[in-house]
Amino acid sequence: MRWLLLKDLQILRRSPLLVALLVLYPIVIAVLIGFAISRGPEKPRVAFLNEVPPAASELDLNGQKIDVSKYGQEIFSRIDPVYVNSEKEAVAKVKSGDVLAALIIPADLTQKLEAGTGPATVRVYYNAEDPVKAQFVQDTIKAEVQDANTALTKQFTKIALNYLDLISKGGQISIFGKTFDVLGLAKAQAIVQASQASLPANSPLKSQLGQVANFARLARDNLDLSNGVLAAVGTPIRADQKIINGGTTPLDAFAVAIAVTVSLMFVTLLLASGILALEREENAFLRLVRGLVSRTGLLAEKVGLAAICAIAVSLLMLAGITLFVSLEWGRFPLWLVALVLGGLGFGAMGVAIGGVTREVRAASLLAFMISLPMAFLALVPSGAVSSGLYNVIKVISALFPFKPTLDALNSALNKSGSIGMPLLHLAILTLAFGVIARLSLQRFA
Amino acid sequence: MATERGLVLEARDIVKRFGDREALKGVSLGASAGELVAIIGPNGAGKTTLLSILAGIQRPDGGSVSRSPSEIGWVPQQAAVYGKLTVAENLRLFARLEKCPDVEVVVDRMLDQTGLGDRRDDPVAELSGGNRQRVNIAIGLLAAPEVLLLDEPSAALDPRQRARLWEFIGALAAGGTTVIYSTHNVQEAERYAAQVVVLADGERLFAGSPRELEQTVGASDLDFEEAFVAFLRQRGH
Repeated sequence: MRWLLLKDLQILRRSPLLVALLVLYPIVIAVLIGFAISRGPEKPRVAFLNEVPPAASELDLNGQKIDVSKYGQEIFSRIDPVYVNSEKEAVAKVKSGDVLAALIIPADLTQKLEAGTGPATVRVYYNAEDPVKAQFVQDTIKAEVQDANTALTKQFTKIALNYLDLISKGGQISIFGKTFDVLGLAKAQAIVQASQASLPANSPLKSQLGQVANFARLARDNLDLSNGVLAAVGTPIRADQKIINGGTTPLDAFAVAIAVTVSLMFVTLLLASGILALEREENAFLRLVRGLVSRTGLLAEKVGLAAICAIAVSLLMLAGITLFVSLEWGRFPLWLVALVLGGLGFGAMGVAIGGVTREVRAASLLAFMISLPMAFLALVPSGAVSSGLYNVIKVISALFPFKPTLDALNSALNKSGSIGMPLLHLAILTLAFGVIARLSLQRFA
Repeated sequence: MATERGLVLEARDIVKRFGDREALKGVSLGASAGELVAIIGPNGAGKTTLLSILAGIQRPDGGSVSRSPSEIGWVPQQAAVYGKLTVAENLRLFARLEKCPDVEVVVDRMLDQTGLGDRRDDPVAELSGGNRQRVNIAIGLLAAPEVLLLDEPSAALDPRQRARLWEFIGALAAGGTTVIYSTHNVQEAERYAAQVVVLADGERLFAGSPRELEQTVGASDLDFEEAFVAFLRQRGH
């Protein structure tokens, strides 16, 4: 079998264009898919007009100063602002498609916030020609306004708590430049209690003053509880996130696993299917299986060759990726196991394709046509489609080596989930496709 | 290894069915050492099927062959060689797969025998059809078989290449190798074969020398091709 292996390597060495395409194409596709998955949309360009005069950007809530422009700046972390001079200009930019949206901060924003008579309003204009981008902009601005609201609510809560503290303990308050003394419930209680003590024992006012002192005490005690209540108003619901399915793989690391799996798939499928079909096209198949090599041995040689080449390409790719993404080389043995089983799975599928199609061009075309749907099906996330359709997709994905290879590589590269089940799955698929390939050789020549 | 009748290859009552169709209906043939045997017949007669059974590529549904496939050299109709490899590399590969004891000696011998020594380092894809067929035959001869099967060896060759090929095959037979070949070219059967086997619709209609076939028809004014056609007509084909 080693002579056949050497022969195939020799043929590959003498087909530089084929090898270049076989290596470069999968790598380019894999890297592009990796980019598409790992890179989120760019910051949307949004026209921005702040009509609030600089002098009025500070909100004065009874002496408590809040710089509203500070919250406005936070939104720029998620959008690419295009500063405009008027609302008309902003709308024109949205209409022309120069920007995806316009965000207008009206001049009376701080006044409305100070007055506290109702919510202040910002104006947003969208360009909805591209629904995906429009949705993204809407979500981004909504999230930012929500964040600004939360931050302002915290400040308002703090001020409200100061007021409550003043009512409870007493102190001074400034209103319109004048300072006033506030007695406070504690002092009021003490005064009432002192007055009560100074009254004759049979005075009818004594019990009435007692009721007032009691009210002051009760009110003070309950105001202490209001701190927690007001804090809760700021953020009534918080998300406590727990992952049920899948690992904690960062998007970039998952993209690496996908890129390597795609590369492994293309090289192995195209090579295994092509070199088996080539034996028939060169008319050598019958000569070989006429006692020189067994049919099973021939298949094993093709699977082995394709897997070895694909693993070499994948390892080179991983070595290249480590220049940009941090990978744990300490887990190299696990990478290798995942790549070997994945390579064998794809190789067995490749020879099944080569055996069924019997021609190099047909084999390559079929391998290519099966590859992309197989990969995309395996990447459909739960929740993207109905549960019934998702179950069908899961079953179909399980029939091909892409999903288990991706799971095994994701586990090996990113410690995400168990590696045992995907490896077992791949071993079963290798066997199953091997049987299909062996049966297809009955009519191969 | 010769049979009781002094034959180096004997096939008896070979039957082959493809579904309901009977491709070979109890065909028998025998060949002696150094004999050139031509299998002729119209299209679909069963010539290639018979050769593939003798070569061990297909299993017969009935009958027997006196030699195992490993003792028989087989040369398919279309050159079964790797175009990207050189002549010597092709020979070396198959010599290794045949487990020849001294690969380089065998390769040199075959290059010498086929007259392709000066083309040894040329890729097979760059050879002419005739030279490619010589490489094809050389591979069939690597294990030095006593019997060589050739399926339509001169198909797709020009007259000059055909002549050189038959010269080569004639030399093989003269060296003691039994050569059994199928052909559409009736003149090639008459000119080179000591024995012709006529097949039609899976039946063996005749086995004997070209002269005996002409005598069977009984018309002395006919050439061999005309006698062959007349013979088939007489037998209802």
